[in-house]
Amino acid sequence: MSVLVDEDTRVVVQGITGGEGKFHTEQMLEYGTNVVAGAVPGRGGQEVAGVPVFDTVQGAAREADANAAVVFVPPAFAGDACFEALDAKGIDLVVAITEGIPTQDMARVYRKLQETDTHLVGPNCPGVITPGVAKLGILPGNIFSEGNVGLVSRSGTLTYQVVDNLTNRGIGQSTAIGIGGDPIIGTDFIGALEQFEADPDTHAVVMCGEIGGEDEEEAARFIGEHMDTPVAGFIAGRTAPPGKRMGHAGAIVSGSGTGTAQSKITALEDNGVPVGDTPEEVADHVEDLL
Amino acid sequence: MRLHEYQAKQVFADAGIPTPASQLAETVDEAVDAAEEIGYPVAIKAQVHVGGRGKAGGIKLVESKEEAREAAEDIIGMDLKGYHVSKVLVEEAVDFVNELYVGVTMDRGEGRPVAMVSTKGGVNIEEVAEEDPDAIAREHIDPAFGMHPFQARKVVYEAGVDREVANDVASVLTTLYQLWDDRDGADTEINPLMITSDDEVIAADAVMNIDGDALFRQPEIAEMGEEAAEGDELEQKADEYGFDYVRLDGNVGIIGNGAGLVMTTLDLVDYYGGEPANFLDVGGGAKADRIANALDMVFSDDNVDSVVFNIFGGITRGDEVANGINQALEQFDEIPKPVTVRLAGTNAEEGMEILNEDLVTVEHTLEDAVQRAVEYAKEVEA
Repeated sequence: MSVLVDEDTRVVVQGITGGEGKFHTEQMLEYGTNVVAGAVPGRGGQEVAGVPVFDTVQGAAREADANAAVVFVPPAFAGDACFEALDAKGIDLVVAITEGIPTQDMARVYRKLQETDTHLVGPNCPGVITPGVAKLGILPGNIFSEGNVGLVSRSGTLTYQVVDNLTNRGIGQSTAIGIGGDPIIGTDFIGALEQFEADPDTHAVVMCGEIGGEDEEEAARFIGEHMDTPVAGFIAGRTAPPGKRMGHAGAIVSGSGTGTAQSKITALEDNGVPVGDTPEEVADHVEDLL
Repeated sequence: MRLHEYQAKQVFADAGIPTPASQLAETVDEAVDAAEEIGYPVAIKAQVHVGGRGKAGGIKLVESKEEAREAAEDIIGMDLKGYHVSKVLVEEAVDFVNELYVGVTMDRGEGRPVAMVSTKGGVNIEEVAEEDPDAIAREHIDPAFGMHPFQARKVVYEAGVDREVANDVASVLTTLYQLWDDRDGADTEINPLMITSDDEVIAADAVMNIDGDALFRQPEIAEMGEEAAEGDELEQKADEYGFDYVRLDGNVGIIGNGAGLVMTTLDLVDYYGGEPANFLDVGGGAKADRIANALDMVFSDDNVDSVVFNIFGGITRGDEVANGINQALEQFDEIPKPVTVRLAGTNAEEGMEILNEDLVTVEHTLEDAVQRAVEYAKEVEA
């Protein structure tokens, strides 16, 4: 078992004819992902990497039985692409990879999301991978291994780092979810943790957070109140000065003490989550928890 | 991206929000002429992105030509919390009886905009939020509908604004929300919104932060942003190269890919007893040229004594990174600062073979690489 992505996931790639879309479609196929369609307006009837292209996501869902969409559309049009995927009947997972979508566009997408049962992961995220089964996004498949540790993270490369530390010790992963570094995202930490808690094959979870916002603090309370599955944590940005944006649009410490690394670490520890000082220490904690 | 006060005020005034009479000045003479024309008392206000400008000596109230000259001489060219002041706004001083706070921002926790009004204006609103959160009335806006007129009235009455000016304040808030919505605002704020003894409502300050990701559809604002660009030489260079870069006080230069991993590298430098000199994210899929530019940037920071590269390739390829590092270092007769490299992920092995180990130190784990870079920095210091 796993969460969000399994053997039955059938993917439509939005923006499959673009450079990134095409390259990562090939990579996803190579990993074994069941990519059944592409969707690009005006390109219906073409083929990319052997995958048929449709003009609309709805067409791909109807004709090719796609049930999950991955968005590789440029930022100016990606909000609309997310709307299209959320609107399409039959699509129950949308993974938005695009970085740099205007925040107000995402606020409207987020509003639409509340009216649907569809899961949205991202935007500005590396995607979702269930090792040995399928990956939706840009995560490098070769560093992952099959196993029972769930992983949820705001940052792509930090996810790779922690996975590498786990895999090197022979600790495999059930599913890894990159939720994205933007201020407004679909699935948040709590959404991902709920999924892992309900999955009998996830025996422990690693949660990698970073400075900014209060999602980690809220997730810490959720863990304390609602989770039996043990969680280990990591928080990036301990050395970040207030008021400076550290790369991610979401990663900015406001001047007033909230959103700091220390407040997140304290919240996690208060709820029984051991927090590593280094990625290697996170792997130590996971080993102890299993 | 943040506009200067004078730019934000222009945008507000164009939208119909009342603002005091004002003129921008870049020299002492221009400032004095402006003050004479507007009539005393006037405020002379430094145009830099610094909170607490008044306390730091960046805003002065003057009553005469002599005082105006003296204040302009003090402020123009001054260093205000690390920022050089090149422009001042000379502005009519408003005789007020009350100061309000009015703002619209994105509540990221809710994923919706929120309109805020408080009768505790004129002071640091973050402090009010911390110490007396009930003093700020809030109304969340559904982005599918925009702000209904009743919502503007509701939040104004909830805040306890005087009935005599409530309609005018609600009208300012409605315009402010419209600007936020039309101009891809991140935060738009008026603090203080002054109420005069004649019940007039005037925006005495103006804050407009625009979503940097939306500048492609806000050409006018983007142009203003270029004028507003500030920061030291290195930060401007980073803008040219298109890097996410933040300068810090330490001496270990850091280059990596992906915000979370770069932040983690900074944290580890600190953890192992060093001091990070910067945050530099080369982004995803960086090619050799970009890597060479990153190294050039970090080398040109005089504070840097040692550099660590931490690349975990996903879409970034280790061989491209290695070629970039070699290319940048081979042009030196002597390497200016020791460079430690850690490559993992896509094509990392190819990259390690390509790296010229006469020029760099190669480490295989993040922890080892950071410790090595910290040691080098300490050797140089000693």
